[in-house]
Amino acid sequence: MMTVDLAAQSVRDLNKALHECKDNLTEKEWIVTNPKGNHNIAVGLDADISVDVHGHAGYFCAGMNKKANITVHGNAGQGVAENMMSGVVRIKGDASQAAGATAHGGLLVIEGNAGARCGISMKGVDIVVKGNIGHMSCFMGQSGSLVVCGDAGEALGDSLYEVHIYVKGTVKSLGADCIEKEMRSEHIAELKSLLEKAGVDENPLDFKRYGSARQLYTFKVDNASAY
Amino acid sequence: MSNDTNNNPSLKESATFDRATMAEIRRAANTGIYDIRGFGAKRKVPHFDDLLFLGASMSRYPLEGYRETCNTSVILGDRFAKKPIKLDIPVTIAGMSFGALSANAKEALGRGASIVGTSTTTGDGGMTPEERGQSSKLVYQYLPSRYGMNPDDLRKADAIEVVLGQGAKPGGGGMLLGQKITDRVASMRNLPKGIDQRSACRHPDWTGPDDLAIKIQELREITDWEVPIYIKVGATRTYYDVKLAVKAGADVIVVDGMQGGTAATQDVFIEHVGIPTMAAIPQAVQALQEMGMHRKVQLIVSGGIRNGADVAKCMALGADAVAIGTAALVALGCNDPKWDEEYKAIGSAAGFYDDYQEGKDPAGISTQDPELMKRLDPVDAGRRLANYLRVLTLEAQTLARACGKNDLRNLEPEDLVALTVESAAMARVPLAGTNWIPGQKF
Repeated sequence: MMTVDLAAQSVRDLNKALHECKDNLTEKEWIVTNPKGNHNIAVGLDADISVDVHGHAGYFCAGMNKKANITVHGNAGQGVAENMMSGVVRIKGDASQAAGATAHGGLLVIEGNAGARCGISMKGVDIVVKGNIGHMSCFMGQSGSLVVCGDAGEALGDSLYEVHIYVKGTVKSLGADCIEKEMRSEHIAELKSLLEKAGVDENPLDFKRYGSARQLYTFKVDNASAY
Repeated sequence: MSNDTNNNPSLKESATFDRATMAEIRRAANTGIYDIRGFGAKRKVPHFDDLLFLGASMSRYPLEGYRETCNTSVILGDRFAKKPIKLDIPVTIAGMSFGALSANAKEALGRGASIVGTSTTTGDGGMTPEERGQSSKLVYQYLPSRYGMNPDDLRKADAIEVVLGQGAKPGGGGMLLGQKITDRVASMRNLPKGIDQRSACRHPDWTGPDDLAIKIQELREITDWEVPIYIKVGATRTYYDVKLAVKAGADVIVVDGMQGGTAATQDVFIEHVGIPTMAAIPQAVQALQEMGMHRKVQLIVSGGIRNGADVAKCMALGADAVAIGTAALVALGCNDPKWDEEYKAIGSAAGFYDDYQEGKDPAGISTQDPELMKRLDPVDAGRRLANYLRVLTLEAQTLARACGKNDLRNLEPEDLVALTVESAAMARVPLAGTNWIPGQKF
């Protein structure tokens, strides 16, 4: 186990060491202490390693992650796990806005609440939030799944493409072209699997499913008021 | 305005409601949707033709036009990057997406640019193996949509261009209509096949210049501080945008004027948003000079560059390099008269074709139709582009030597005069035959 103390070393030192794991994997378990809200912690990883950040992380923590299993034992700032490709990112506390933005794959688990625009433009990632999510979440979401065990803010799924959204609590409002959809057996199975992977003890039958009405996929003048 | 169709001199066409204007009113009334098209602004705006060089004579000493060297190389991105880019010529290929363009067109751009030692740029939709394989220097665009964006390609790039906007549509996002979303394009963009794809107009995970500074730092961390980071803006409030871009940590700033092209957007956007390229350069240079960063943060300008005179004039106004898009496509074969009959068959004509969004380009460039794509031989088209880039460079060198400069970047505003009051005011050079720069004291 390797420990990097950000009170003594820089984020550059940390990321350089973590990047070297791609070609020279000598240490699979990493501990980061004293993150103190530093930005860009553990970004661009591409190795089958685990990184535990003990404290709060700033912007873009775990950005563009591949393969790595990253846990923040605290809160995470804006854009956590943005554009993640694979691996697992777990936030023990709350996450700020744009969590999982444009992420293409992997699993993002937020054990607290997530701010606005959670899963914005997501492209294949699975996101599970134990708490609530803010407004404009999943805006232009393309693919993947977003699971919310609490409530969702305004304009959920605005201009949505093909993301599967599951919400247990209330939805303040749905965005343009986002509708409630039937919860069929395959969706219950998918949700059950996601909850299990995230380690969240919830009953899939308590959730509602939301998705795209697909009315804005091609421009129609009759939909002009929705643009 | 005279009428030229009915041979009746008593007919007078309205300058306000000319035939194109009336045709657009009829089109809007029939369809209920704004006009979407490609290309760039077609209206006449003050441009580089309104500037002239003051060649050397008694008071300046010219260089021998064929023998004395005139350097054309430029290094981009040496502010922070470990591996700045060296271009042999100061003319680069602007960002154009695979999806908007065919794979053959992207390959041809890479081939042509590489022959003469300059760079190409990806676009909305990610990096294709064809363009990475053929581009010796490839700039990877980091766009709001993040279509096809992945860290592996990011690390394959020779530079990263964070796109905040483009000259054809500052403040607007991209657009790729369903007819061009083939299986391959859909797969790269994680979208269903055949839908109208709308790109976001702003980045999803940061919201202002302070955030952008952190974002740039993230990109540098991911690429281990090796490659330069550009910031591209559409020309609007250029003075302020350039200052903020420098503050955010850019190595290179790209300013794209309103004549810059696009694959598809609303005509009203193309023609009515942004400022001319010539007006943007002095604003950008002023901002850099005030910050002590001129030539330290390099300036690339684009939008309506057509010939070596345009290149030289941009550099005289203070740019370090220029980028071309529309002109590069024309060099590949876009709007070639040999396809005139086919252009007419789809309601256009050679020299007028701008419906890039429809994917029916007879020249095989702005299309994903496999049969049309075959018409563009990437080797031949790449060679044409290389020839054209050489001509741009030779022409710019000719003008620089005439002004007594042994490096294109030694050209300066003092070498220029303006033909019109408007261009004198925008370019901040004297009206020809006077010492008068509008807005400045004698």
